[in-house]
Amino acid sequence: MIEFFRKQAYLIDFTMSSLLRRKGKNFGLLLVYTLIVFMLASVMLFSHSLRKEAGIILQQSPEIIVQRLVAGRHALIPAEYIQKMGRLRGVTSKKGRLWGYFYNPVVKANYTVMAPDHLDLSTTEVIIGAGIARTIGLGIGDYFTMRSNNDTFSFQVKDIIERNSELVTTDLVLISPKAYRVITGIPEGQFTDIVLSVRNPREVRKVAEKLVQKLPDIRPVLREEILRTYDSIFAWRQGIVFVLLIGALLAFVIFAWDKASGLSAEEKREIGILKAVGWESADILHMKFWEGIIISLSAFMLGYLAAYLHVFYSSAVLFESVLKGWATLYPQFKLVPFIDGLQIATLFFFTIFPYVVATIIPIWKASVTDPDAIMR
Amino acid sequence: MFPVIRKSAFVLIFFLTGTLLMMLTVIDAMTKQSSTRDSLNQRAMLVKEFGLSDLALSTEARYTRHLTLADRHSAFQDHPTSFDHFPSGSIFLPPSQLTHD
Repeated sequence: MIEFFRKQAYLIDFTMSSLLRRKGKNFGLLLVYTLIVFMLASVMLFSHSLRKEAGIILQQSPEIIVQRLVAGRHALIPAEYIQKMGRLRGVTSKKGRLWGYFYNPVVKANYTVMAPDHLDLSTTEVIIGAGIARTIGLGIGDYFTMRSNNDTFSFQVKDIIERNSELVTTDLVLISPKAYRVITGIPEGQFTDIVLSVRNPREVRKVAEKLVQKLPDIRPVLREEILRTYDSIFAWRQGIVFVLLIGALLAFVIFAWDKASGLSAEEKREIGILKAVGWESADILHMKFWEGIIISLSAFMLGYLAAYLHVFYSSAVLFESVLKGWATLYPQFKLVPFIDGLQIATLFFFTIFPYVVATIIPIWKASVTDPDAIMR
Repeated sequence: MFPVIRKSAFVLIFFLTGTLLMMLTVIDAMTKQSSTRDSLNQRAMLVKEFGLSDLALSTEARYTRHLTLADRHSAFQDHPTSFDHFPSGSIFLPPSQLTHD
């Protein structure tokens, strides 16, 4: 056993010397390989953690949100719809909500304006999300303006929503329902949508069916659909990033295949010399096996560790511009790390196995050839 | 004079350090999961308090800001044949209730 390890240690010594003789080429290969693993691992870690977090926090979203549709578009819902819904078994509360969007052309930012009725806000006060405060440079007590219907409305910032909730509140503006109606011109008796609380989660779908029967122009959005959307959207996004990465991956496959199949004259000569001095084909294969392992395992470890730091310690800064698009508001958030062992194992397998195979096969072909023929 | 380290020993140390660091990421993740439980609950409570339905990842278009509330025609907001002109529209899939009919 000791003899076996000693032999492997000598083989690794030799492999490292051989790799270091072609420093530029091998470090270049390691760099490209590490970058690909880094990108794949970043996408995996980011999407899995975001999916997990969305699943936990959106578990508290409303059981049923009722929207009214007119000509296929979301429209205001009259307050009498609450009465029209009547008594529904299992429904514990029905409440109309006022909310909408506001575009600030000065900073080119979209806000989500909500008018909750349970907050103690006067008509001249607002509570804003941390993203807005950061973008405009506002603090508590400062004035926040909104222009609408040829009028400018000024509000005093009463509070800023805590920074650690930016993932859901970065663009929120909370104002009083009265102020909301004045700014938007939405008359009394109209709401943006209606939310329903249902005691038993198993009754939610039945309640939604009854609602659609009673009021055919409404569309209920269920909590389970919200959760499913976020569960599948990140899987899909992961998919689209994988599609984009396929180009990079194929380039790498060509690179590795070219390196492996077209052995350089120097490598062929090395194999010939090794065979001439008494190395067996198995030894050469062992040596090349170690070469494949050293490069691919190093790339996997470096790529994964860099991805972990990127996603969880630098807030996945590389994905920001992709998700942000043309928006100016983007939440600053630190994801809670959730690691999916199966994803990492899959990445490990696809990083190590193909490269080692692609390295060994052409070497095996060369190593079973007559050394004299190789050296010529 | 520094002792000469064999290359195989260097490789072994490198891989052992890498394995150790990878294991550390798992421990770090577990520690953070338990230390941020309160903050996660706080976010969940805010979602409950204001009846929020979406993450504020993309604020450029209403159908990507409130993805789950988007209607079937959200992306064609200017004209039935107009193209979706927000970049995030190409990243997000429509909400599940529109794709699971």
